[in-house]
Amino acid sequence: MVTAAPALLEVRGLGIRYGDKVALQGVDLQVRPNEIFGLIGPANAGKTSFLRAINRMDEFVPNMRVEGEVRFAGHDVQHITNLYALRRRIGVVFPLPVGLPLSIYDNVALAPRLRGMRSRADLDAIVERCLRRAALWDEVKDRLQNLGSLLSGGQQQRLTIARALSQEPALLLLDEFSIAVDPVTTMRIEEVLKELRQELTIVLVTNLVQQARRLADRTAFFLGGRCVEIAETESLFSGGAKDQRTIDYLEGRFG
Amino acid sequence: MTRTPTSTHDSLARELARRDAAWWRDLAARLAVSIGGVSTILFIVAIFAFIGSQGFEFAWNRLSWSELFFGTRWEPTVSPPTYGAWAMIAGTAWITAVAMLVAVPLSFCAAVYIGEFATGRRREWLKILVELLAAIPSVVWGVIGLQVFNPMIQSVFGVQIGLNVLNAGLILGLMAAPIMTTLAEDALKAVPDSYREAAEALGATRWQVIYKVVLPHARPGLSAAVLLGIGRAFGETIAVLMASGHTLMAPGSVFDSAATLTATIAAELGEAAVDSDHYQALFVLGLVLFFITFAINLLADRIVRGRRRS
Repeated sequence: MVTAAPALLEVRGLGIRYGDKVALQGVDLQVRPNEIFGLIGPANAGKTSFLRAINRMDEFVPNMRVEGEVRFAGHDVQHITNLYALRRRIGVVFPLPVGLPLSIYDNVALAPRLRGMRSRADLDAIVERCLRRAALWDEVKDRLQNLGSLLSGGQQQRLTIARALSQEPALLLLDEFSIAVDPVTTMRIEEVLKELRQELTIVLVTNLVQQARRLADRTAFFLGGRCVEIAETESLFSGGAKDQRTIDYLEGRFG
Repeated sequence: MTRTPTSTHDSLARELARRDAAWWRDLAARLAVSIGGVSTILFIVAIFAFIGSQGFEFAWNRLSWSELFFGTRWEPTVSPPTYGAWAMIAGTAWITAVAMLVAVPLSFCAAVYIGEFATGRRREWLKILVELLAAIPSVVWGVIGLQVFNPMIQSVFGVQIGLNVLNAGLILGLMAAPIMTTLAEDALKAVPDSYREAAEALGATRWQVIYKVVLPHARPGLSAAVLLGIGRAFGETIAVLMASGHTLMAPGSVFDSAATLTATIAAELGEAAVDSDHYQALFVLGLVLFFITFAINLLADRIVRGRRRS
């Protein structure tokens, strides 16, 4: 584990409100380069709001207010010069798949094209690599020109993952990526995520405690808008949790 | 290919601090769009300012507002002149009301048929036809009022004059129906198919699905369609002028001839000397019209928006 390198993502005193409703408060954490950072907690814990603050999705929610500081590669994201570069470098997979109304090929080739890539050969290579990584290639390789929005739910979810990978993110935010994906395919994607750790950093929000255990290097437990505990995943799951609420949650006594 | 974390960090930081070509293009496009958007508002303000400037001095100094709204005599050319617009306001209201009685059932039925029952090629053809109907010039409708509806009303109802509120209302209703149909159909189309499927899975009949699920969900859009239809009816000029009989008296029944605000302006502005009291009084009528249509459009907008927020 790299410890000397500066944190890729640094969050200090992060608070999020929707109107009067507090969704998150006082969150401090760091995500190190090339780690998988797990985020677990019951519904309404503030997990998704946390992700929204990272790549400035708050702009799309009219009454969402973000306090505190989020630093990505040393830049405060609230005052970043090139917001689009930030979003390009942070891939997001939302829990409900969004297949854009383009062909499967164009869905995956969109981000590279937006970056200015024109060469058919380069695009072909990226599309195939990303679809393979998202464990979708074998199912769609013969119909890449079909509409992406007509795939099944689970396939669209994998298409979304392939699309997020195609923008070559430095940080990948996964919000319940396996919600519509069958267990076997989920396992295949999890294997890919482990390999991706070589190239990028992942923040993995999940309702499946065991998924965090399988994948995450470190895991944070969110509850009611607060970060209760952050620890090395192995120690958290092998009796090292310090907070009683974390222990209860891990053992399935609530949430 | 493993990048070392530190170099990733530095190159990332540089990328985030750089305004690239896409960033500048984005800025330019945003500016261009804003200029277009702001100029729309400028045009509206300019039109308002023009109408206001022509009628304001007269309205402020020499016009009695109570006479304007409640006076029954519009006699700008006799001495002393009177400027009572009640007959025109009443005429406009009567004709619009009749128009909506015609247009609402017609357009809603058409929209439900096109949106919920017609399929495939028939549906596409119907939509094209409806749009064609919307493109018929209003003077043609006026001629239909004069030459077709006029004798028809005379013989069916046994009245002396067929150019009346009923005639103008029918014409306006038929004119407003196509655009209302299109808008209503859009509102129906915006209801997700999953709602229909969920309701049909419960054993609901087609009509029950439409009545209990589709129409309630589409209600804001349908209300907006009606309001925009009313706005259309209010603003229509030439067809009404031809079909209404243009008589400056408040109608007592649908068989009385009537005059509308728009038709009066159109008929008299050419005769009134520029800057005369009569000329300015007509601009005051324009202001009244402007505010009524503005209020209707605002209301329609609020209804549609209210839906989105909830």
